[in-house]
Amino acid sequence: MAELSLREAVGRAIAQEMRRDPNVIFMGEDVAAAGGVFKATVGLLEEFGPERVIDTPISEQAILGAIMGASMTGLRPIAEIMYSDFFAVCWDLVVNQMAKTRYMTNGQVSLPLVMKTGNGGGLRFGAQHSQSIENWAMAVPGIKVVMPSTPRDLVGLFASSVRDDDPVVFLEQKALYATKGEVEDGEIVEPLGKAAIRRQGGDATIVTIGTMVPRALEAADRLQQVEGISCTVIDLRTLIPLDAACVLDTVSATGRLFTVEENPRVLGWGAEIASIVADEIFYDLDGPLVRIATPYIPLPAAGELEDKTIPSVDAIVETIRKRMG
Amino acid sequence: MSMTHTTGEPTQPTGAPPSLQVRLALYRRMVELRLFEKRVYDVFLQGLVKGTTHLSLGEEAISAAYGEAMRKDDWTFATYRGHAHTLSRGVPMAPIMAELMGRRGGLMAGKGGSMHLTSVEHGMMGSYAIVGAHLPIANGAAFSAKYRKSGQVAVCFFGDGTTNIGAFHEALNFAAVWKLPIVFVCENNLYMEYTAISAVTAVEHPAADRAGAYGLERILVDGNDADAMYETAARTLERARSGEGPSLVEALTYRHAGHSRADPGKYRPDHEVAEWMKRDPIDVYRARLLSQGVEASVLEQIDRDVAAAVDVATEVAKASPPPGEDLIMKDLWSDGSSTWRN
Repeated sequence: MAELSLREAVGRAIAQEMRRDPNVIFMGEDVAAAGGVFKATVGLLEEFGPERVIDTPISEQAILGAIMGASMTGLRPIAEIMYSDFFAVCWDLVVNQMAKTRYMTNGQVSLPLVMKTGNGGGLRFGAQHSQSIENWAMAVPGIKVVMPSTPRDLVGLFASSVRDDDPVVFLEQKALYATKGEVEDGEIVEPLGKAAIRRQGGDATIVTIGTMVPRALEAADRLQQVEGISCTVIDLRTLIPLDAACVLDTVSATGRLFTVEENPRVLGWGAEIASIVADEIFYDLDGPLVRIATPYIPLPAAGELEDKTIPSVDAIVETIRKRMG
Repeated sequence: MSMTHTTGEPTQPTGAPPSLQVRLALYRRMVELRLFEKRVYDVFLQGLVKGTTHLSLGEEAISAAYGEAMRKDDWTFATYRGHAHTLSRGVPMAPIMAELMGRRGGLMAGKGGSMHLTSVEHGMMGSYAIVGAHLPIANGAAFSAKYRKSGQVAVCFFGDGTTNIGAFHEALNFAAVWKLPIVFVCENNLYMEYTAISAVTAVEHPAADRAGAYGLERILVDGNDADAMYETAARTLERARSGEGPSLVEALTYRHAGHSRADPGKYRPDHEVAEWMKRDPIDVYRARLLSQGVEASVLEQIDRDVAAAVDVATEVAKASPPPGEDLIMKDLWSDGSSTWRN
């Protein structure tokens, strides 16, 4: 057992899969010799060599094309898109190519590949290096969307993503890179599509993911202590596939749903969750479905502004207190 | 032998022509592509093919030559104008025709359509309908061949219009840096869709004139000369297979028809069309083979055999039922389902 940061878990996760399977290769900008701009892939080049750990030019279309073609022909490649915002310059490969090829070819082509990327805000990087793009990826049938909130989950969900025969967008929350957690020794594999209940409570269900998980947990503790409101907190862990059953079960029990989302509100993933709940267990509800999300704006850079934009512990507590009142 | 040129003129083939066996195979393949696509046009007008089609009439020598020169386990990546490239890998006519007609017996059971013909078992790794996207993807296959030391080569066909999109330049740089076993083949038919490539491109030869930017040889070839194309194909495939890296070939050719089924091609001057019709790759090749002693009866027999095969394929496709609705929700994911939640 070791305590690892989420950043350290990234290197551990990639190494676990590269040691296991010689068909796993890893490429991206500055990922090899420099060990990544977030220093999350230090040491991989030294262990696995330049044929498997590859520095690329700043050519996101070439990178995603390369892993797609490699995955069609026997490899299990991993690519890093440095910041998830950069998916905008290579989104054709994801949306038109990877997501559709198996379906269009009547199942002839498999694409076992992983696109890992630094996602989300909180680091004062401004509007082009801070976006939460999970709702972009979710909107395209054919892409799995994974977002771990703990170092252990990162290792386990990454293993399943590499071993999965479908394309996966693997979102690493930049704001969580420095957070630490226990990671046991040995191989860790966590299945995709299974949410984790991080906290049990009887009054309301908070459904969340990624950077918002620790904030929701802190908010739930405060609501319990100060307001006497007891919340269940669900960490979805993967958005596609979605563990809707876990959400429906707990919301049925508590009667209230709050989503806490980092993506901008309009068509954020919480809208789909709210729609499922309203459609399927409407008569179990004791009050409105409430979404707590980043507003419909680009993210501002200054700390004072960014902290008022992405859902904070204070904002979560305040919203739930008011709406439960 | 070098094909390096600094002028706008394509090279003439040097060295010995291909063997008679190869030349007859090339002739047969070109006739197959021609008669198949003429039939596609006919059945389109009969309302049996919906949506759109993009024909390679007049451009047959290019894909036929690579198809003959490639190893069975090499890979083809083509565009939405991909019927010819698919046939050139030996994919049978009937499932292609059935795919165009949207039938269950189609190459992809009707789920892909004309612009996405794929047959992995024949090394036909897909037809891609977003201009430029498949160049980086073909690189990935070449990367995989190099990594696994399999000796396979990826061949990626595209049109002149592709040379002005970013993915073209990203892919060429990437292939050159890693010396990937890949051949990029630009079929320059002088028009993107409706606009002349020369009107919107900074250089005269949109692919060949850019080769130097990626440290590659400038290769310009007469794409309507099957022997010259075969020679170029053999040479560039061998270069890739022997570890010497990528090639970028610009093959000059001309569409006999418009860009797609809805386009009569009126933006092209009459004299230009007439000039190129005289250079029909099949007419040129037939005349050459006859002048070099091949019996007319041999070629006529090929013509008759292929025509009969196209008739059979058309009837097989027509007889195939529409796809079952059970296919709609299948094969989004590797488990065969499209399940996104529990």
